[in-house]
Amino acid sequence: MSDTNYKTAVIGDTASVSGFAALGLSVFCETDGTKISKLINRLAANDFAVIYITEPAAALAADTIKNYRSSRLPSIVLIPAVKGNTGDGMRALHEAVEKAVGSDILN
Amino acid sequence: MARLNVNPTRMELSKLKKKLVSAQRGHKLLKDKRDELMRQFMLLIKENRQLRSEVEAAVSEADSYMAVAGSVMQREVLETALMLPKQEVELEVGEKNVMSVYIPVFSPKYRTSDPGDIYSYGTAFTSADLDGAVSALSAIFPKMIRLAEVEKACQLMADEIEKTRRRVNALEHIMIPDYQETIRFITMKLSENERSTTTSLMKVKDMVLKQNHDFK
Repeated sequence: MSDTNYKTAVIGDTASVSGFAALGLSVFCETDGTKISKLINRLAANDFAVIYITEPAAALAADTIKNYRSSRLPSIVLIPAVKGNTGDGMRALHEAVEKAVGSDILN
Repeated sequence: MARLNVNPTRMELSKLKKKLVSAQRGHKLLKDKRDELMRQFMLLIKENRQLRSEVEAAVSEADSYMAVAGSVMQREVLETALMLPKQEVELEVGEKNVMSVYIPVFSPKYRTSDPGDIYSYGTAFTSADLDGAVSALSAIFPKMIRLAEVEKACQLMADEIEKTRRRVNALEHIMIPDYQETIRFITMKLSENERSTTTSLMKVKDMVLKQNHDFK
């Protein structure tokens, strides 16, 4: 691997993500589906290795996120938003198991 | 089972036999690869599940602190407090090869060496709940990085397992039976040809003997 230092981003609504700014992550407040998709594409092309995205924001840009599933970087991780946990993150895990095993054996 | 469309010759037969041997060998290797990938995948899934529930709990906790902080502080003050972070995280990305699946490994590098040195604001004008939110997030952050790593690994491995499984199935249920069937067909055809040659030779011999010697 090259010596490039990769960055970490957080995408979501202001209330959910502003706390991450204190940790030194790049915070992007965005709640519009197309803008989120464009943002993800831009971040992926610009040395961002990990993108945390709140579940409601991820639901708006589901197709774009799916495109990055099989590429090595970036790793897009769903986190709960202020409004509560929708369970989308866990669901993605179950989908991966179903894909690999053929049936969802976690339940 | 479909028979392959080939000429029933000895050359094709030996070619097919070689192909069958390599298909069986490939099948065994791929099956082993699938089993090992599956074992690793199950371990990762277990870790992933646990990490995810821990991270989700911590982030929700931080979010609830943040909600309280947002309600007791003015939005501008809150934004100003978080505007210039002291801490900065950069990731070094390595890679690990698990059964020829290249999964990324993240190692975070922090700008300040003291992990407690995260509060980018004075305590005079900010709510204590903001401190709670920031410290909760900071405590879970190493696990969040690990979660990103494990989740990516799970996704990549799920793809690879699916591919390998399809290959194993294609070899096991289509290619190998096809080869076997075609080999059987060619063998039968060849021996049938041999028998028919023998019988026609016998017939010819009979005819020749009859003609020349009036042999009965």
